[in-house]
Amino acid sequence: MASVTLRAVKKSYGKNAVVHGVDLDIPAGTFVVILGPSGCGKSTLLRMIAGLEEITAGEVAIGGRIVNRLEPRRRGCAMVFQNYALYPHMTVAENIGYALKVAGLSQAERRARVEKVAESLGLAPFLDRKPAALSGGQRQRVAMGRAMIREPSVFLFDEPLSNLDARLRVQMRAEIRRLHQRLGATSIFVTHDQVEAMTLADLLVVMNEGRIEQAGSPAELYAKPISRFVASFVGAPPMNLMDGRIAANGEFLYDEPRRLALPAGLPLAAGTLLTVGIRPEAVTIVAPGAPGSIRATVDVVEELGAGRVVHLELAGQPFAVATAGAVTVRPGEAVGLVLPAETLHVFENGSGKRLDITARPAEPAALSA
Amino acid sequence: MNRPPDGPARRLTGPEAHERRITELEKRVTFSSTTIGLLFALPMLALIFVFFYWPSGQALFWAFTLEQPWGGGNRFVGFRNFIQLLEDPVYWGSIARSLVFGLSSTVLAMGVALLLALFTDRELRGSRLYRTVFVWPYAIAAPALGLAFRFILAPEAGLLSLINHAWPGLWNPALDGKDAMIAVIVAFSWKYVGYNFIFFLSALQGIPRAQIEAAAMDGAGPLRRMRDIQLPLLTPTLFFLLVINITESFQDSFGIVDIMTQGGPARATELMVYKIYFDGFKGLDYSGAAAQSIILMLLVIMLTVLQFRFIERRVHYK
Repeated sequence: MASVTLRAVKKSYGKNAVVHGVDLDIPAGTFVVILGPSGCGKSTLLRMIAGLEEITAGEVAIGGRIVNRLEPRRRGCAMVFQNYALYPHMTVAENIGYALKVAGLSQAERRARVEKVAESLGLAPFLDRKPAALSGGQRQRVAMGRAMIREPSVFLFDEPLSNLDARLRVQMRAEIRRLHQRLGATSIFVTHDQVEAMTLADLLVVMNEGRIEQAGSPAELYAKPISRFVASFVGAPPMNLMDGRIAANGEFLYDEPRRLALPAGLPLAAGTLLTVGIRPEAVTIVAPGAPGSIRATVDVVEELGAGRVVHLELAGQPFAVATAGAVTVRPGEAVGLVLPAETLHVFENGSGKRLDITARPAEPAALSA
Repeated sequence: MNRPPDGPARRLTGPEAHERRITELEKRVTFSSTTIGLLFALPMLALIFVFFYWPSGQALFWAFTLEQPWGGGNRFVGFRNFIQLLEDPVYWGSIARSLVFGLSSTVLAMGVALLLALFTDRELRGSRLYRTVFVWPYAIAAPALGLAFRFILAPEAGLLSLINHAWPGLWNPALDGKDAMIAVIVAFSWKYVGYNFIFFLSALQGIPRAQIEAAAMDGAGPLRRMRDIQLPLLTPTLFFLLVINITESFQDSFGIVDIMTQGGPARATELMVYKIYFDGFKGLDYSGAAAQSIILMLLVIMLTVLQFRFIERRVHYK
């Protein structure tokens, strides 16, 4: 167990900067998930912590010790790679035990530890197989075993589940979380899958274009996304976002002449461009024309078993509503939507920054159609 | 389930029948596919026949007959040519020299190429330059190469003449058989280093980066990674190059030997392929030379079979 600290960490390839100064404190034993779209620099950041990528500027400290100049093997990290990166010419036992072999442990001790790790991962029957003779899930486990056997102070995961099928992914996700609870080692997990991120993280870090957009607990990020980007990236189905501007009377014009009263306390001049968002889970479907509702047309209904997602068209834009209850609407039908004011998120149009970071809406916003 | 019987009795329907009808239609106006195919292959077949089967057949024929030096009649002598060769210690000497030459130049050419490829793969300074430059020697014809090395290794004025300044007479391929052998081995290896380098480098770059990074995370330093990860994954390439290098060292060495040493001094660099040329064209012993060709061919075949039987088993394929 060790804390990991990043101070103004930057990475550039020649003139091309990919990570622009990242600061992050990871307390020992935390499970951190770095979430972001591809190309946001999340993998590069992980590889800088691992020592596989040189750090252009800034400092990386593991357990209070600055490791910028240390080779990967001296940093006490173990990594699980996206494509597993198993050694194809070695058996499962040799793959898992390679680190111990390099460390110069005796054959007997190696065998004992490999068997223990293999046992805990359900790999015992496959120890003499080569990776080519394993299924995807088994390979994934071998990759985990190879990381576990070193008893590292920090686990690094680079999109380890992205090559697995959906069912296996859910299963391995739970297994990784269980592993973390058992070993308690600091873990840094990089993914572009927000469900993975939400379910695994103690601390969720959303990255965009080489910068940390927001860091916090998954619940915090879900409840109070700091920017339009985080709002659209965290949560599934993603938050509905409506672009519009402030009318002369202070209301939000999202599709003239339709307007929506905004929470009070936001210093907004008439004509200001805004984005207002609402989670699909926060919307209720009512009869069309019901008081306080706005009108939309049903497009598609997705049945998820435990719940349903209704995709609608609102002012020419797609709009999703998630509900646990029964849905009676049909495609093409007009419905009314209730958007409770306290669940509205307001973002600046240009920067995408959240506007009510400190001020919560004082009174419920009224809707008018 | 009843399977429809194949053959002309089978009734065809749908697109299959359509296809069949088109084929029948085409048959009436064109040649049968076999004839056409043969016609297209004819130029190549003629080349192969004239430059491979005919000479091989001729060599086989000569190997079992005694041929007049200036032509005009020959007689069948069975295995006498072979027996004569195998009783001749000079011939055994050329076999031994060919083996020494073949093994040394293969080890040297592959070893140097592997080292260079490993360095280039690690993106050391100048690796981009090497990548281009190392390929060039393979494009140089053996005689030109031999001539260049004759100058480079000349004892009185070449690069190695410095050795003779310090220790007079230490290096002289014109007098010392061992020096001459070293000279042809170096020249031949120099040519094949480039060839091997390309294969090694592309094989190294075919190894996924992540596997090497995983080994680095597992605590292995660069040398350890080369030994445990890169070399085992290179074995298919190593094996392929071994076969090519050994085979080529028995055949492609002629030009270099001819230009650099003419088999001398005192037969010290008379390899099998050079002896075939010398006995046949200088000594006018066609039958003996033909028998030597057959033996060389058998030797190369045997070596290749041995390599496939005993070394290929150790090769790891992904």
